[in-house]
Amino acid sequence: MTDLLDLLRSPWPWWVGGPLIGLTVPLLLWIGNKGFGISANLRHACAVLLPDAAKPSFFRYNWRAERWNLTFAAGLILGGTLAGLILANPEPTRLSAAGAASVNALGVQVRPGLVPAELTDLSNPGVWLLLGVSGLLVGFGTRYGGGCTSGHAITGLSTLQAPSLIATVSFFAGGILSANLLLPAFMAVVR
Amino acid sequence: MSAGTRIPGVTDAPVTRAAGGLLVYLMMGVYFGVVLIKSEAASWYRIQEMFRFESVHMYGLIGSAVLTGLLTTWLLRRSGARSLDGQTITVTPKERGWARYVLGGATFGIGWGLAGVCPGPIFTLLGAGVWPMLVVLTFALLGTWLYGALRKHLPH
Repeated sequence: MTDLLDLLRSPWPWWVGGPLIGLTVPLLLWIGNKGFGISANLRHACAVLLPDAAKPSFFRYNWRAERWNLTFAAGLILGGTLAGLILANPEPTRLSAAGAASVNALGVQVRPGLVPAELTDLSNPGVWLLLGVSGLLVGFGTRYGGGCTSGHAITGLSTLQAPSLIATVSFFAGGILSANLLLPAFMAVVR
Repeated sequence: MSAGTRIPGVTDAPVTRAAGGLLVYLMMGVYFGVVLIKSEAASWYRIQEMFRFESVHMYGLIGSAVLTGLLTTWLLRRSGARSLDGQTITVTPKERGWARYVLGGATFGIGWGLAGVCPGPIFTLLGAGVWPMLVVLTFALLGTWLYGALRKHLPH
């Protein structure tokens, strides 16, 4: 019994998780001819939430036709509760030695949990700044670029779409710049 | 419609079907949420490691996901199968162009590298009880609105 529980709590190697991620694309097509893309839900949520008077034309469409995707997002939350809370991995993320050293150099301890305590401590105004700026750029950038990791890197590349290759290369370029240059600067403020 | 022949009180067949249909997407969301957590794609640590080229984990994950998606989607379309609700399976092509993909993509990437979360993990981590993700989500909605408001002034 404890063995089974240990198994359910442990993380999966990439060669198990990767194929399961990839299967989402044909599964959603097969179930209802739906294109997999999570960031579209941020647009749908705006379409639902914004009052008509303050609604740019970009958010005026029949969002009810996209309820399936909002429901998918609700499922993501439930999945997070199941795997990340009820069956949470009691061990820290098993980083490479180099990865752990870099994280420590940022002033972050490698402890159990998926997001370090240093970046979730809302009593620190620097954390608000970091999370706020990050969210703003993610929301703006995904809509401007027409998709995120799921819509471009997974779905777009799986269906051999050139725009998705441009987008994927660009968000990796942005991420490399940000993780190596901007984040250390931010962490100096956050600490 | 044939509402008259149905059990009294259960007349709105299309709505019932839509609700039943939505349940499948809820389950798909749960599935994907579990995979994001268990594969550690929702781990801030793994994202940092990826953007610093310090481990093969995330590259293996994304690479094998794309390879699987490519092969299985190709097989599905080649088989000529219809979707479960009877539609011809179509993949909507992305709009042509490059400016929006370069500029929008890079903007997203910069945000991703900071808090280490792309949109999927924002939702999944919220479910896992990482409440500060509410800050990220709120600002992501604000960013989305900002794009909607400024769209006409941006190169696409």
